[in-house]
Amino acid sequence: MGISGIDFIYGCSAIGAGLALIAGVGPGVGQGIAAGYGASAVGRNPGAKSDITSTMLLGQAVAETTGLYGLVVAIILMFVKPFG
Amino acid sequence: MGLFLDANIAEKFMIKGVLKMPFKFLGQDVWITDSILSMCLICLILIVFAIICSVYIKKAKLVPVGFQNFIEMVVELIDNMVQGTLGDNAIRFRNYIGTIFVFILLANLSGLIGLRAPTADYGVTLPLGVFTFIIIQFQGFKNNGINNLLDLFKPTPLLFPINIIGEVTTPITLSLRLFANLLSGVIIMGLWYGMIPLLFRLGLPTFLHAYCDLFSGCIQAYVFSMLTMVYVSQKL
Repeated sequence: MGISGIDFIYGCSAIGAGLALIAGVGPGVGQGIAAGYGASAVGRNPGAKSDITSTMLLGQAVAETTGLYGLVVAIILMFVKPFG
Repeated sequence: MGLFLDANIAEKFMIKGVLKMPFKFLGQDVWITDSILSMCLICLILIVFAIICSVYIKKAKLVPVGFQNFIEMVVELIDNMVQGTLGDNAIRFRNYIGTIFVFILLANLSGLIGLRAPTADYGVTLPLGVFTFIIIQFQGFKNNGINNLLDLFKPTPLLFPINIIGEVTTPITLSLRLFANLLSGVIIMGLWYGMIPLLFRLGLPTFLHAYCDLFSGCIQAYVFSMLTMVYVSQKL
């Protein structure tokens, strides 16, 4: 049972899509750190809770971007099939 | 495509063409897609809402009652958000920020009523990013003049390529952030409704909808308008 060239490319694309989602590790760590510092800031100054929360969410959303680039690359590899 | 992810399930989260246009544009077929239809529906809802608001505001009372309370609450919310970042210049930008915030918020929440969220379509979010880019650069040239270009060579001319990439990628990062967040929500919901047995499709997706549509949608609408304001305020 031979594997034709196009099947090989699809298989490698799927592996590449899986590898691209390793990018999700970084934002997870970064968001956790941001949330931890946010919690300690609220503990130190409970009056500024709303300001701290909005700043933390903004920073987390920006940090999330790199992970989402990984997602976009994976989706392009899986469904747009640029090499197939 | 694999054991479970067959073509029928992939269709659940892909953009579907509804009506094929009889002409071609640059050699490509032109389709009316479901995200265009849901965007039109959202615009219609917003227009009707604006007309109702203007009728109510014409007979506004000093002490607000009923619907006027709601309108004032929305306007105050957006005003406070713009005021917090832009300060004295807020009055010039609150119309644009308010429009873009309400549109993105409604577009993100439209997944709740079964529409395909229009912001999960790169053709919708890229123009939003490009509008923001035009406003940022216009403000830069208006307030700083030629210094807007000379700033690209600071602190040393060696950094010019980095600076130009930083300027040009603004609309791409803004639009990709919104697009990818919403797309991940749409894919998760599509996979859940497509792969899970019928029994688990009742009730349980509420939590997924609460996270993917409500929480993520509100945060992303806030983040998009907030980042727009941050970028603009750097040029003031």
